[in-house]
Amino acid sequence: MVSKNLLKYIAIRAIAIYLTVVVAIYLTIIIANMGGKIDEFVLGDLQLQITEQVNRNPQYRSLPGSEKEKLIRQMFENEVKRLGYDKPFIERSFIYLQNALTLNLGRALFMVSDSGSKLVRNIILERLPNTVLLFTTVTVLDFFIHLFLGLYLSRHYNSFFDRLVVALSPTSTLPGWFYGIFLILIFYTWLHLLPPGGLVDVPPPPDPVSYALSVLKHMILPMASWIISGFFLGVYGTRTFFLIFSTEDYVEAAKAKGLPPRLIETRYILRPSLPPIVTSFALSLIGSWGGAIITETVFQWPGLGLVTWQAIQSFDTPVLVGITVIYAYLLAATVFILDIIYALIDPRIKAGFA
Amino acid sequence: MSKRMEFGIKATLKELLTYKSGILGIAILVFLIGLSIYTIIALPYDQAIKLWRGAGGIWLDNPRNALPEWWEIFVGKKLPRTIILDSRTATFGVSKAVTPVAGTNMKLVTINYLFEYNYDDFPSEMNIFFYAKYQKDPPLVKLTLKKPSGDTIEFPRFALKAPNDTLYYSISNDVLNTLLSHYVSKYGKINISDNLSPLELTFGKDTAEGLEKGTLDVEKGVYRLTIEATCFGEDSDIDARVVVYGKVYGPAGTDNLRRPLEIALLWGTPIALAFGLTASLVTSLLQLIIATIGAWYGGIIDSAIQRVTEVYMILPFLPFLILIAAFYQINIWVILVTVIVLSIFGAGIKSTRALVLSIKEYPYIEAARTYGASNLRIIFLYIIPKILPPIVPGLISAVPGYVFLEAALSFLGLGDPFLPTWGKVLNDAQNAGALYRGYYYWVLEPSILLMLTAFAFAFLGFALDRIVNPRLREM
Repeated sequence: MVSKNLLKYIAIRAIAIYLTVVVAIYLTIIIANMGGKIDEFVLGDLQLQITEQVNRNPQYRSLPGSEKEKLIRQMFENEVKRLGYDKPFIERSFIYLQNALTLNLGRALFMVSDSGSKLVRNIILERLPNTVLLFTTVTVLDFFIHLFLGLYLSRHYNSFFDRLVVALSPTSTLPGWFYGIFLILIFYTWLHLLPPGGLVDVPPPPDPVSYALSVLKHMILPMASWIISGFFLGVYGTRTFFLIFSTEDYVEAAKAKGLPPRLIETRYILRPSLPPIVTSFALSLIGSWGGAIITETVFQWPGLGLVTWQAIQSFDTPVLVGITVIYAYLLAATVFILDIIYALIDPRIKAGFA
Repeated sequence: MSKRMEFGIKATLKELLTYKSGILGIAILVFLIGLSIYTIIALPYDQAIKLWRGAGGIWLDNPRNALPEWWEIFVGKKLPRTIILDSRTATFGVSKAVTPVAGTNMKLVTINYLFEYNYDDFPSEMNIFFYAKYQKDPPLVKLTLKKPSGDTIEFPRFALKAPNDTLYYSISNDVLNTLLSHYVSKYGKINISDNLSPLELTFGKDTAEGLEKGTLDVEKGVYRLTIEATCFGEDSDIDARVVVYGKVYGPAGTDNLRRPLEIALLWGTPIALAFGLTASLVTSLLQLIIATIGAWYGGIIDSAIQRVTEVYMILPFLPFLILIAAFYQINIWVILVTVIVLSIFGAGIKSTRALVLSIKEYPYIEAARTYGASNLRIIFLYIIPKILPPIVPGLISAVPGYVFLEAALSFLGLGDPFLPTWGKVLNDAQNAGALYRGYYYWVLEPSILLMLTAFAFAFLGFALDRIVNPRLREM
């Protein structure tokens, strides 16, 4: 099934997307270094490393303070030269680019990861699973809710629920985090039913089953806020989309042939509308990565978004740059996966390479 | 041509009013624009910023975290307003008498404060600000409080520590001990509950039972507070301002820094409208122009624009914006420009391009080419006016997104450092834990304004969409 042409298509897309990531990260570096920020923390990092290295080495232990300082300065200057940090910015920026692309993101100024590491990469990557867990779940749930309700409404076009959904679709202009504020007010402050935020109860339950249940309990409000936010516009959009597809001539022809409605629905309406639906799914997944920043801040959900907020609060510049780099990779990965799925389900792409 | 445009706009407006959502959207929008104009006239920019920064303790006499006054309607109780009594100004209920003590250079200053307290709840705070003048020895001050029932509480004499000393009546331990011992001596053997604050002990209707249980009703009536001060020296004098802080304030309440919230709520309106509309308008127009140019010229220009658009789709928009806002501490107009720059190569380019590609083949364009119209003339006068109407609903519907973007940035603490905006109020509320402590009004007020703005544009966009794309009307 997987043809050579398909592989070629995927390879071309992979290269194109990777180039995009390179451009995005290079832009990040240029923007971040306009105030000399990257130079600052790269050199600070290096200085720290060398000082530690000298202090740890028993060979230098007997050296007097001033001698030691001189040695450190000497080593520092050598290292700067060796790594090319004394070159003009244009050249230097490519060294930074390479570091960023290999996720060599340096050390944080103040922040520490959950496992105690000061490396930016660890601080960010340790939180990534939490974000992926929450927002992938939400997006998948959203997707199926919109799909099934949209399909249902397109069949019951102009019914009471149909008109209700159309009328309420402007509620979706409010973002998820905004609904989150209200949900916290209602379900925590007022009713005391659900936790206002966090990942698990404090202290975390010992056995895995109740741990998972606790996480699930904490996921309810953030998920609900996103589901409410996207609900009416999402269902409305899918329903209109199916309506358009179900008035196509080939559907009329199938009806005229007397095919059973279920067959028409699956083979003549759902199948051709699959590629755009998958696109919208991927786009909402991409949107969720960005929206995560504020939603996680509202719900104190310990994911990438909360790290971003904490980095802003403590003005931890290396972490902020690192987050942008990770986000670029995350978006690229999502787009790439979309491309593969697209190639598998859209016959036009397959045909285009045949 | 302009006449026909006008006709078009008028007709559209007329048609807009046939939709319920159109009427609603216009009504809210008119209200918000009116509010903006009122704000800019009544509370000029510089003044608003000065007030919001609250330099020089201008809000010292405001209650902290007070509810808006109209909250009473929901509670069904008369909530306390703030009572300010100052002996330096001739206010009703304040009298001051100075009597020199014969044979010495001492004088006895007596200030009487009479006030009526008829509210159903206790005050939130009470402070006494002293303004004394003395050379060497600070005045000795004695407070006496006479409750409406006639019960009189005397506080022990104390010396001021500085000319501008303040007695924080509601949190002072000395005050609490005096009140406790007063009631113990009044009722004999009694276990006064620890839950009672100095304010409840002062303004409560004291009963033995209530004191033990820790629940007192408010004693309504006229209170008399007397300050007797002995001042030493020729020029010495003393004045005092008594502030009994209420629990409600103004039309919007106050925040944890005692600032009246209406300043930020009012100023948030023109900012939100200007930011959202400008961002949406400029982004849409630039996208339109870029897409049209690409599709018209084709070739390298077109493919370059296409590639840049693809790069833009992967650029992490919000992290980028956060990075820039965090690193350069930018004001709202730079944020606006950054937002526009980060969104001009957005997804809109692809759909406009497809549209232009089909229009390119229309006979009237071909005619224009034949009679030698220049490229720019065709693009700006023939193509763009034709594809402008269909993008208007999208433009309007996109406004709330930018309004919320600004709110989100402010919410993260990255907004304009000086301007009071709705997002900033939300940020303050979040930082002060308003969500968890139940300061509903603090969160709800900016939220409702944000919602109104969002709905106004959403409704309007919705109705416009039906007018411009009649095909939708059937669905």
